[in-house]
Amino acid sequence: MTFRSILFPNTGDCIPNEGLSAPDFFFDLNLDQIIDAITAGKTEYDLKSFFYMPLQDAEAITWRHEIMQDLDATPLLDNIKAFAQRMRAMREHLAQSGKMSCKLQKERWFLDAADIYCDVVTRLAHDLSVAEPRSRGLLAFRKYVTLYAGSDSFTSLFQRTKKLIADLSAIHYTVLMNGLRVEVRHYGGEPDYASEVTATFEIFRQGAAKEYSFNFIDSPQMNSVEERIVALVALLHPDIFSALEQYCAENKDFQDRTIVTFDREIQFYVAYLEHTARVRNAGLKFCYPRVIRASKEVRSVQGFDLALANNLIAEGGNVVCNDFHLKDGERIIVVSGPNQGGKTTFARTFGQLHYLASLGCPVPGTHAQLFLFDRLFTHFEKEENLKDLRGKLQDDLVRIHQILERATPNSIIVMNEVFMSTTLRDAVALSRKIADKIMALDLLCVWVTFIDELASLNEKTVSMVSTVVPENPALRTFKIVRRPADGLAYAMCIAEKHRLTYSMIKERIGS
Amino acid sequence: MKARLLYQDQDMDLKSPLPWNAEALVKDLELDTLFHAMARSDDFVREVTRRVVLSGAENDVETIRYRRGVLRDCLNHPGVVRDLYAVAAEAAEHEKKIFFGNTLMRYPDWVLRRSIDLSEMFLVTIKKLRKIVELHADKFSSEGWTAFFATLQEELTDEYLVRAHDHVKQLKFRSGMLLGAGLGKGNMGTRYALHIPPRTSRGKWEWLKSFVPEWLKRLLPQRPPVLGFSLHPRDESGARALRELENRGIAGVANTLAQSTDNIRGFFDKLRSELAFYVGCVNLHEQLSRKGEPICLPLPVAVDKRRLSFRGLYDVCLALSVDRRVVGNTANADEQNVVIVTGANQGGKSTFLRSVGLAQLMMQCGMFVAAESFRSSVYGGIFTHFKREEDAAMKSGKLDEEIGRMSAIVDHLTSNSMVLFNEPFASTNEREGSEIARQILLSLSDLGVKVICVTHLYELARGLHERNTGNVLFLRADRHADGTRTFRIVEGEPLETSFGEDLYESIFGAGSDQCATTDPVVHASAPKAVTLQRGGD
Repeated sequence: MTFRSILFPNTGDCIPNEGLSAPDFFFDLNLDQIIDAITAGKTEYDLKSFFYMPLQDAEAITWRHEIMQDLDATPLLDNIKAFAQRMRAMREHLAQSGKMSCKLQKERWFLDAADIYCDVVTRLAHDLSVAEPRSRGLLAFRKYVTLYAGSDSFTSLFQRTKKLIADLSAIHYTVLMNGLRVEVRHYGGEPDYASEVTATFEIFRQGAAKEYSFNFIDSPQMNSVEERIVALVALLHPDIFSALEQYCAENKDFQDRTIVTFDREIQFYVAYLEHTARVRNAGLKFCYPRVIRASKEVRSVQGFDLALANNLIAEGGNVVCNDFHLKDGERIIVVSGPNQGGKTTFARTFGQLHYLASLGCPVPGTHAQLFLFDRLFTHFEKEENLKDLRGKLQDDLVRIHQILERATPNSIIVMNEVFMSTTLRDAVALSRKIADKIMALDLLCVWVTFIDELASLNEKTVSMVSTVVPENPALRTFKIVRRPADGLAYAMCIAEKHRLTYSMIKERIGS
Repeated sequence: MKARLLYQDQDMDLKSPLPWNAEALVKDLELDTLFHAMARSDDFVREVTRRVVLSGAENDVETIRYRRGVLRDCLNHPGVVRDLYAVAAEAAEHEKKIFFGNTLMRYPDWVLRRSIDLSEMFLVTIKKLRKIVELHADKFSSEGWTAFFATLQEELTDEYLVRAHDHVKQLKFRSGMLLGAGLGKGNMGTRYALHIPPRTSRGKWEWLKSFVPEWLKRLLPQRPPVLGFSLHPRDESGARALRELENRGIAGVANTLAQSTDNIRGFFDKLRSELAFYVGCVNLHEQLSRKGEPICLPLPVAVDKRRLSFRGLYDVCLALSVDRRVVGNTANADEQNVVIVTGANQGGKSTFLRSVGLAQLMMQCGMFVAAESFRSSVYGGIFTHFKREEDAAMKSGKLDEEIGRMSAIVDHLTSNSMVLFNEPFASTNEREGSEIARQILLSLSDLGVKVICVTHLYELARGLHERNTGNVLFLRADRHADGTRTFRIVEGEPLETSFGEDLYESIFGAGSDQCATTDPVVHASAPKAVTLQRGGD
C-alpha cells in the first residue's frame, strides 16, 4: 500500500513546507483576493501554501486536471464534502475529549471520535468504489482506501468501536432523588409518568399547544452530581466500562496518516471547485486550458478577471469577458485606450489565467491555450516609497532592471503604466529601450500604456485598445479589442472626465 | 372537550381576520349601537359579539339553525347562561393571580409549581361548572346545549376529578423523584424520563435470606444493586447541581402540565367567548322586550333561491336609541333580485335599508331579528355602499371615492351576495349618475346578486321601471297628502319628485314643528335634516 499525495503525482516532489509565502506578483494580479476567497472558511487545512506552488511540469498539470474533472463530473465532489465534514466532526470530538477532566467523559468523546472515523473510512471506500473515477490520482487512492478498509487493523477497530457504542447506548438506569440522597440502580421497567399526566389532561386539548422551552446550562462538562451519578452507573456496568478504558489505551493513534493527508490535500480541489461554482452560477464559463511550453501562441476566449467577477457577482453587477490571442512571432500585447476602460483588468486577466493554469486548475473562459512559464513578473505602479530616497522614475527603472535580470525566455511579464512620472518624450524613449530588451529575450508580455507608439513597434507587438460606446464616449464597454491605437477617444474621454468638452464648457461658463 | 356552542364541529377563532368591509358595515348600519346594547358594559361581550356579527356572512344555513337552537334555550334560561358565563370568566382570571414573569418561566421547577397552583384553582372552577350542569342540564333541549352538557358529564366524572387531583399531588414529589436515563454524548445522562418512585418494600423478605446457604444465594435471582450517595447539607454547589438535574427530569412533565393548564384555560376561554355572544343576545332581548318591540327567530333558506321577505321589520338600532316604538315595514322580494326604494325625503328610506341590512346580518350570525317575521336566503357576502361625507383626506373627488369603493366591493363580490346601496352616485349629475348606477345594477342583477338600492336618481328608477320584466321590486317611502311622513315603505312606482320641498318647508316654513310633534312614531332621520338636504335635491 503506497500512496502519498493527491496533489503531486511524483512521490519525489516535495510536500510544501508550511511557511511558504505568496509570490511577489500576487498583490498586483489580485491573486491574493482570489486565493483568499477560495480558501475562505477552510483555514484549518492551511491550503494557501498549495496555491503558492505553480507546477513546472505539464504532466503534473494534466494529472490535476483529471482529478478536478472527476470531482466536477461525478457525485464524488459531494461525497468528498461529506467526508471532510465528518472528518472535521471527528477532530472536534477529539478536541472535546482533550478538554474533559472527567475520565468517563474523556473516554466517551474519544470513542465517539473513533466511531465517526470508522464510519467515514467505510463510507469513503464505498463512495469511491461506486463513483468510478477515471483520474490516475483518485484511482490510486481508491486502491489504497479499499485495501486499508479491508485490513485487519481497521476491521478490528471498527468492530470493537461498534460493540462498545452499542453496549453503552443500551445502558438504562434510574436515579432516585429524595432530599439530599441520590440513589442509582438499573431501570426496572417503570412506566413513563409524563405520558400519564398528558393522557389525563388530554380531554382539555384545544388544538396545538404552546411548547415551553427551558434554559439549561448546556456545558459539555458534567456537574458534580452528574459525575458522581455516572461513576455509579459505571459501577453498575463494570465490564463495559473496563472495556472502554482498555479500548482508549490501545487505540490512541487510530487515524491513518494517508487518509489524514488526503483529507487536507483534496480540499485544494474542493475549494477551487466550490469557488468557481459560485461564479459559474452567475453564467460565466471555465475551461481546462492546454498548457504548453513548446509554443508561445497563447489564446483565450471569453476570459475574465476572477477577482473582479467575484466582487461583481456579489453586488449583482455584470462581468465583461475579453479574448486575446498571439500567433506566430507575436509576443507583446500593448494595451492602450481610455482610462477606466478595463485595461488593467485585462492585464490582470492575462496574468491570472497563466498562473491558475500553472496550478493545474480550470481557468476563466470557454477555451484557452496558455504558456507554461518558469517565472511570472509584474510591474505595476507603486505608491512612492518615502523611506527610499529613490525617485519614482528611478524606482521604476530599478524594478524593471531586477525583473529583466531574472527573466528567462520562458518567463512572462505583465506591466502596467510605467514611466508615468516623467515627460512623455522621456517615457517614450525609455519604453522603447525596455521594449527592445523584452523582445531580445523573446518574453511573453502584456504592457498597459498610454504611449501609442509602443503599439506599433514591429511584428512582435500587438495593439489592443479599450473601447467606448461610439454614440456616447463617456460610456465604457470594458471590451478590449485588437485594433490599432488611435489615441483620439482617449483624449476625448480625458476631456470629458474633467468636464472640458465644447458643450460642457459652454454649460459651465453659462451657469 | 370543547364548548361548541357556536359551531357544531368547529372552534371559534378569535384571531381570524374580520371581513374586509367590516368597518364599512359598522359605519353604514350603525352597528356600534347594537354592540353597545348587547355588551351592556362588558367589553369582552362587545368584542365577541362584534366579531360574531360581522363575520356572519361566513356561516352556512346549518350553522345558523344550530345557533338558533342554542339561542332559544338561552332566551328561556338567561340566568343559567349568565352563571355559566361568570364561571368561565372566573377561570380566565386565575392566570393573572400567578404570573411569575418570563424569566422564571424558563425554569421547569417554577413552571411546574405555577402549573400545580393553577391546576388546583381550575379544578375548583371545574367543580363549580359541574354543579351548574347537574342542576340545569335537563332544562336545555337544543342540540348544542345537550351535546355540551353531555360531554361535561361524561368527561368530568368524580373519578376523573380524583385522578386529576392525584396527579397534581404526585407532581409535588413528596416521596422523591425517580428519573430514568441513558448515556448520551460524553457519557452524560440523557433522555431523562420521569417515573413514579416505588413504594419502599425493602426488608420485607430480607430476613429469609439469612437461612439460605451462600451457594444457593448465587443461583437465586439477585436483588438489583442499589448504589447511592448523600450530599453534605452545606454543599451548596452540589445542591445547585442536584436542582439542575431535577429540572432536567421534570422538564417534560412541567411542559405537559403547563400545556394542560393552558388547555384548560383555553377551554374556559372558548367557553367564555361562545357564551359571551349568547349573553349579548340575552341582553339585547331584555331591552327590546322591555320596550315591547317584537322579535322573531328568522327563517334562513339556502342561497340559490335568493329569498327576502319580512313583516314588521324595524331598525333595531333606532329602536334602541329612542323611547317610543318604531315603525315596522313589510315587503316581499322573494322573486326579485333588485329592490329599488324611492320616495319622499326624510321618509324613512335609509332607516328601512339599514333595517334590512341589520336583520340580514343578525340572521346570518344566528341571532333573532327585529321583526314580526323574517325569511331570507343566507348570502355569502353582505356589502354596503352608502353615501359618505366628503373624503376626509381630500385625496380624491367625491365621485372618484364612490367609484373606488364600488370597485373594491366588486373585487370581493360573488353572485351569492347581497349589496345595499344608499343613494349611489348622487355626487355627479343625474344623467351620469343614473347611467353609472344603471350599468352596475343591471350587471349585478344579471349575476344573481341581491341588490337593494335607495335612490333619488329618477332617471335610473324610471328607466328600470319602464323595462321591468318582473325582476325589480319598487318600493316607495310613503307620504301623506299634506306632506307629513308616515315613515312607511310601501310598494309603489318611482315618482319624479322626492318631495324635497316638503323638507324645505319643514325647515324654513311653518310645517316644521308639525312634522316632528304630530307623528306618533319618532324617526332617527329627523336630527340629520340638514345633511340630508344637501344630498336630496
